[in-house]
Amino acid sequence: MRDSVTIVGASLAGLRAAETLRRDGFGGRISLIGDEPHVPYDRPPLSKQLLAGDWEIDRISLSPTERMADLDLDLRLGQRATALDVASHTVDIEGTTEEYDGLLIATGASCRTLPGTEGIAGVHTLRTLDDSIAIRDALRSGPRRVVVVGAGFIGAEVAATALGYGLPVTMVEALPVPMGRVLGDTVGDIVAGVHVDNGVDLRCGVGVDEVCGTDRVESVRLSDGTVVEADLVVVGIGVVPNTGWLQGSGLALDDGVVCDETCLAAPDVTAAGDVARWPNPRYGEVMRVEHWDNAVEQGAHAARRLMLSDEEVKPFSPVPWFWSDQYDRKIQLAGRPWPDDEVSLVDGSFEERRFAVIYGRDGCLTAVFGMNRPRQVMQYKGLLERRASWSEALDFAEVQT
Amino acid sequence: MRIVVDYDLCESNAICMQIAPDVFEVRDDDFLYVLDETPGEGRRDAMDEAAQRCPKQAIRVED
Repeated sequence: MRDSVTIVGASLAGLRAAETLRRDGFGGRISLIGDEPHVPYDRPPLSKQLLAGDWEIDRISLSPTERMADLDLDLRLGQRATALDVASHTVDIEGTTEEYDGLLIATGASCRTLPGTEGIAGVHTLRTLDDSIAIRDALRSGPRRVVVVGAGFIGAEVAATALGYGLPVTMVEALPVPMGRVLGDTVGDIVAGVHVDNGVDLRCGVGVDEVCGTDRVESVRLSDGTVVEADLVVVGIGVVPNTGWLQGSGLALDDGVVCDETCLAAPDVTAAGDVARWPNPRYGEVMRVEHWDNAVEQGAHAARRLMLSDEEVKPFSPVPWFWSDQYDRKIQLAGRPWPDDEVSLVDGSFEERRFAVIYGRDGCLTAVFGMNRPRQVMQYKGLLERRASWSEALDFAEVQT
Repeated sequence: MRIVVDYDLCESNAICMQIAPDVFEVRDDDFLYVLDETPGEGRRDAMDEAAQRCPKQAIRVED
């Protein structure tokens, strides 16, 4: 039995890991180290309710104060881990070298930025509570136009929220179809239509050549030569895992902390959440998943991995799942689609923008996508977990209708 | 055991319905309905899992 566990990263994966250890009866010391000054909070509202001003900060706490106290954590906020040495079992935190017994890495990821925009006021990325507050204040100050770079989930949610302030919004997407690489063009076109119908000036298939302005942003020059005037720019072009502090640690790093299929990265070291890359045996594919539900599930799995023997442990083999709320639409995707998968409408209609589609490949069901169809998404997610065949999924759809 | 849902928090992601369709149902109006507010003790593990995995932490299991 271990004496203690050190968790680096005090967001969703790290906190759920700590909760799992206590729920499973671990009575030793749990140190939870986070570089942000805030108590662990939930990130999805940062681009929605908090950004819109509908919610205050106290509503996004991940754990009520009394539940947090029950966990009896050695909680160290505003402290940064700067180095790890797996050979000597030590971690450096704020200049102090500490020995660890079990270590769980959940340091998450940071936003990619547009090169050349450092030091230009009015250009933001959105990842943290402080980012969200800064963008909210900028939205409230009444910018003439908001430019959102990237039509992924963060960009789409920010665009929807900015429209809610009554502001003109231009969204710039490098791909010809928003999220086409994930959802395929059929579904991506519908997602694009939702933005346009809600009033977004959507520019697809163009990149950003330059963000112009000396101290403050004044305009954005696109790769097709057009110039869009803007005094607020929000960049949502993906994230990079926070592994800089692990250089020279002895861990394998490759766009994330490389783990085995049980989330073990080295003896007594596991990783979870946005920072972890592991071979998911369900797909025979090495993946890194940036979704909320994955942080919860992998946090719990990586915590248990530290407590189990090699014989007891199971691989981590989830069906990835996420949701996104944009305007009055709820988008959900479960599974792992490829853009050229076969697509079949199984419920609702594209015209009403309330529908579920399933994706198939090589005789297998690969994914389900729903727009305002949570019930159906969860039904097909159950089929995905059972590794249902494509024809089984089509039969199921026929019985439902 | 009593199941309590905070409908101000619930966003109808239907994760609970996948875990326990005998207790939770999201209907075509996009709202969650609790079919059985006092499930038997044998459903305890499923209820705990539903509460833990709810993206909005909108489900409470009370004794």
